[in-house]
Amino acid sequence: MEIVKKATRESFGEALCELAETNQDIVVLDADLAAATKTGIFQKAYPERFFDCGIAEGNMVGVAAGMAAAGKIPVAASFAMFATGRAFEQIRNSVAYPELNVKIAGSHAGISTGEDGATHQCIEDMGIMRAIPNMVVLNPADHWEMKAATKAAIEYNGPVYIRLGRLAIDSFNDPETYTFEWGKGITLHEGDDVAVIATGLVVNESLKAVKALEEEGINARLINIHTLKPIDREIVAKAARETGRIITVEEHNVIGGLADAVCEVVTEECPVKVTRIGVQDTFGFSGPAWELLDKFGLTAPHIADVIRQVVAEKK
Amino acid sequence: MDSSEIRQLKILAAKSRKGAILGTYHAKSGHPGGSLSAADMFTYLYFKEMRLNPAEPRWADRDRFVLSKGHCCPSLYATLALKGYFDWNELTTLRHVGAMLQGHPDMKGTPGVDMSTGSLGQGVSAACGMALAGKLDRKDYRVYTLLGDGEVEEGQVWEAAMFASHNKLDNLVVIVDQNGLQIDGAVEDVAGIEPLDKKFEAFGFEVVKIDGHDFEQIEAALDKARTVKGKPTAILMKTVKGKGVSFMENQVGWHGVAPNKEQYEAATAELDAEIERLEGNC
Repeated sequence: MEIVKKATRESFGEALCELAETNQDIVVLDADLAAATKTGIFQKAYPERFFDCGIAEGNMVGVAAGMAAAGKIPVAASFAMFATGRAFEQIRNSVAYPELNVKIAGSHAGISTGEDGATHQCIEDMGIMRAIPNMVVLNPADHWEMKAATKAAIEYNGPVYIRLGRLAIDSFNDPETYTFEWGKGITLHEGDDVAVIATGLVVNESLKAVKALEEEGINARLINIHTLKPIDREIVAKAARETGRIITVEEHNVIGGLADAVCEVVTEECPVKVTRIGVQDTFGFSGPAWELLDKFGLTAPHIADVIRQVVAEKK
Repeated sequence: MDSSEIRQLKILAAKSRKGAILGTYHAKSGHPGGSLSAADMFTYLYFKEMRLNPAEPRWADRDRFVLSKGHCCPSLYATLALKGYFDWNELTTLRHVGAMLQGHPDMKGTPGVDMSTGSLGQGVSAACGMALAGKLDRKDYRVYTLLGDGEVEEGQVWEAAMFASHNKLDNLVVIVDQNGLQIDGAVEDVAGIEPLDKKFEAFGFEVVKIDGHDFEQIEAALDKARTVKGKPTAILMKTVKGKGVSFMENQVGWHGVAPNKEQYEAATAELDAEIERLEGNC
């Protein structure tokens, strides 16, 4: 299986270029961060279809809405913080309410943004976007998934938020067999002791954790949720019924994101105890990405610890 | 434009004002003041300026209009009904549950509405996007957007203004309805915006200042905008809030309050008299 070590922002930029070859309607807008969001890859290949809006995210999203109203498929990119934070209301009122075909790409999401610190580490984006009617929220976990998700987002006619990471990470999906199904979770590891439901960058960390625990006789199920909204209710409810215990893992505040999305399903379908791994409603701080992920308990050893505790509690 | 044509436009504008009064009366809410100040511009745009086909509201080559000050839709709706986009009687269900005509423009539900607006400052960016898409597709359609003078206090307006001139959007016309009043009082008392002409000039616009109730001046300004190349045009039009209904004119209180039955009847009678006077002149 081919392992690619790449940041999902880069996979996204490459995917846009590939899709733009055959789809003339794709246009890309950025807010002075093309080099960082990797829309610069598209800019280089299709300069006539790339528009730098300068440091003005609200206007960028409005322009994207207008272009969509005129038949284009605009992708508006910035850091997750500014795309979903600064431009929240433009996304809500100019994009989501009229259901315009705009894709919002939020890069440098989560604390793995690293050294830039709290002002740039967006831990609320999925919650903000999930709360808006008509929005689809995608959070792909590796290179292959990002490429497939980008294609699906472009093919879908309507507003989409797609979360991109800064940090180069190893792929874990097999490109030979991987398929992206809109709104469908993927079971990466079977088991009935507990269900670990993860999204984004921490899926691979969760995978390492559940594999390591096999030796200890712990059989944890692992589900990758690449589409946070609409969430795969069936796979979540089934996990609750069959394991009786859920752990969510996300590089996001435990408020608003995956934890809430899973709890919403579980409370309605099959109430079980849910343990939420994520940023515990605090701001981040500066530091190298992996050190921060370790500090926030988002690496494989920490996830494994929580799984052990939960399984022990269950017995 | 000869005097008979101007008279026809004046009649249509009076009817648009009547529609705004009718709609807000039945809604028991809404924004008559700014609807009435913009009615002449709506009328000129839809009956003289824009390339449209009411039978095909989504025609790709049509000119576009974005009502950035979305709350002034009652008069826009009336103008769209007069133009044939939908039945005049729709105005009587404005803002009602299940009605086609929403409190602020909804492009998904209302034929002739090119952009959903209502949150101030946002429409002008969408208009920029439409104009840019037109350039990209080498289409010759033009894009018009109307802002309130209070609205230009929104920072996004100036982000959009910079974007429009940077991208040389000479197919874009930004019109500011300067009726001088916003909810909390006179614009110059609340958060002064003058000198607005110098601001738009500094942001790279061709600026034309007109009386927004004078059709000859409106025509001259929009004709001039068509000749401007390489930059967008801003038309700053001085207007009277509540124009056409004597007791609403220049009264800030009529920004967002609907007429009661007595006021509705008085306003309608006044506008009917004006229409009759104009038709008598034909």
